[in-house]
Amino acid sequence: MGKFIFNRVLQAVPVIVGVLFISFMLMVVLPGDPVLSMVGERYDENTVEIMREKLNMNKPLMVRMGIFMGDVLSGDLGHSFITGRPVIEEILDKFPNTFILAVGAMTVAVLIGVSLGMGTSLVPGSWIDKTIMVLSLAGISAPVFWTGLVFVLIFGVYLGWLPPTGYGGLEFLILPAFTLGLRSAAQITRLTRSAMLDTLSQDYIRTAQSKQLPWWKVLVKHALPNSLIPVLTVIGTDFGSYLSGAVLTESIFGWPGVGRLALESILKRDFPVIQGTVLFMALMFICVNLVVDILYGIIDPRIRAESSA
Amino acid sequence: MGKNDKVKSLKGLLSFPVILGGGFVCLLIISGLFAPHISPVSPNTQILEFRNKQPGFTGNVIYFRYRKYLPVQSVAVHSYTKTEIGVHYTDFIEREFFLPNEKLEKEWINSFTFFLGSDQFGRDVFSRIIYGARISLAVGVCASTLSMLIGVLLGGIAGYFGRHIETLIMRVTDIMFGFPVLLFLIAITAIFEPSLMVVFIAIGLVTWPGIARLVRGQVLSVKTQEYVLAARTMGMNSGRVLWRHIFPNCLSPVIVTYTLGVGSAILTEASLSFLGLGAQPPTPSWGSMISLGKDFIRTAPWISIAPGVAIAMTVLGFNLIGDSLRDYFDPKMESSK
Repeated sequence: MGKFIFNRVLQAVPVIVGVLFISFMLMVVLPGDPVLSMVGERYDENTVEIMREKLNMNKPLMVRMGIFMGDVLSGDLGHSFITGRPVIEEILDKFPNTFILAVGAMTVAVLIGVSLGMGTSLVPGSWIDKTIMVLSLAGISAPVFWTGLVFVLIFGVYLGWLPPTGYGGLEFLILPAFTLGLRSAAQITRLTRSAMLDTLSQDYIRTAQSKQLPWWKVLVKHALPNSLIPVLTVIGTDFGSYLSGAVLTESIFGWPGVGRLALESILKRDFPVIQGTVLFMALMFICVNLVVDILYGIIDPRIRAESSA
Repeated sequence: MGKNDKVKSLKGLLSFPVILGGGFVCLLIISGLFAPHISPVSPNTQILEFRNKQPGFTGNVIYFRYRKYLPVQSVAVHSYTKTEIGVHYTDFIEREFFLPNEKLEKEWINSFTFFLGSDQFGRDVFSRIIYGARISLAVGVCASTLSMLIGVLLGGIAGYFGRHIETLIMRVTDIMFGFPVLLFLIAITAIFEPSLMVVFIAIGLVTWPGIARLVRGQVLSVKTQEYVLAARTMGMNSGRVLWRHIFPNCLSPVIVTYTLGVGSAILTEASLSFLGLGAQPPTPSWGSMISLGKDFIRTAPWISIAPGVAIAMTVLGFNLIGDSLRDYFDPKMESSK
């Protein structure tokens, strides 16, 4: 087990180095001189030189990359051009909101997805099954920023049940969480259904049934846990992408999360914040996927065996 | 597999989802190709008299000039009556006016119908959606073709040649998978001036790792087959073996992924345009139409609802076809039916 975890972590190292490299290159290939954009129009050469010195802009590329990596490892992502605050503080300020939204969306997705998937797998081929399957595919196909607007229109404007946008108590969370979770819910529905259909045709289910166990016990104790293993992957990767900032959902609902921070920094051309958020989100994404992989190995011994072989 | 089986299985492909999906995709292609013939007005014509009008609205505009060399003026009319000496008309706040014949333009009246309403600049939403099909189609096809070319090439090389080159390519795909796709795209489009060209190249450059992994796996399983060995023993060079023997056998999963890829590329383009990082105004891209309409969601919801339906239908079409193709190509699914 320990060896499995160690291997997985080791595999993530080159990926993390690659991510660091790409986020560094983002800043290098940016058109224009960041120093000139910082000092404004009326500058004197001395200030520019001092700034360059301070930002290590006049050093060779490899040295700058080394300095950048060192800074990142010590938790320093630079300062925002606009607010002047450390980028890491800006991100950590916003991260709890993103986390709340991600948890909310995942809860919605799992509740809807698993129950619909399980339900449809019991009546395959029926009209309910077909309708839900087409609806779930439609849920995957509809753009999230559009479903968000439609939700705002229906529940916020016409019915007036929920606040259309903003940030506050639980009632502000419901619409964004549903919007963000809908796509995963659709995917989880489809996966749960096909996995359940697979499991239900297995011999051990027949054994359980022939032992005259009550049907719900067969379903909940024998069929469901085995079907949920592939579903876990979707939950994991989607949760990872939610945590790395739901840019679209957050920008529609005015949710003050990391995704909106990233978008705003892009619109304002606040380069250190762009770089910092991109790096932060990518690292978040990698870490969540790593944890999911490890959990997956703990739950399913076949995977552990495969990867150590 | 006998000839009869083949016919039967082809029939199996023609199911309800495929027909529905095919219909949506055909609709997209037809609108894209024949946009100028289908749409009532040009997508960027602004009829400023009719802003934020609801779907199905029909209105008339009268064109006239006060003096010969003054510019043409236009006015939206509620109702009008033409007499021999001129036109009596009522405007939308019930005021009555008279225009003598000599002030009227040659083509003095034009009627506009907005099937899907008009936006805040008085542009026809229906025409913009029809023209938007062009953009979606172009970006979807170009981006996923680019992504497929890169993916097949690198995946094929990795699978066929193995060794260090495989390790290198697969490590790169690992790193690419480490980035959340949309975030990566946002970062790329933020660096360059936003335009459709940047969007489609960026989507292509970011989404190839999926195809590369798939092709590599496929090549690995095909390359140990006897017929490949036979071809190599006969002295065929690597390129020829890859092209003639390995590539055709990897084709079906690539086709499935390509079809699904077109749909998701369209969705991604819409997302980027929605954020203002894709097509720039006044290009009638579906994503930017939704973004324009979101400020008017209370008063004129059709501006953003209609293009969203168009996106969902198109992407659903590609997903339905892709899913059915996957079921069709996957023998495991076939036998379990």
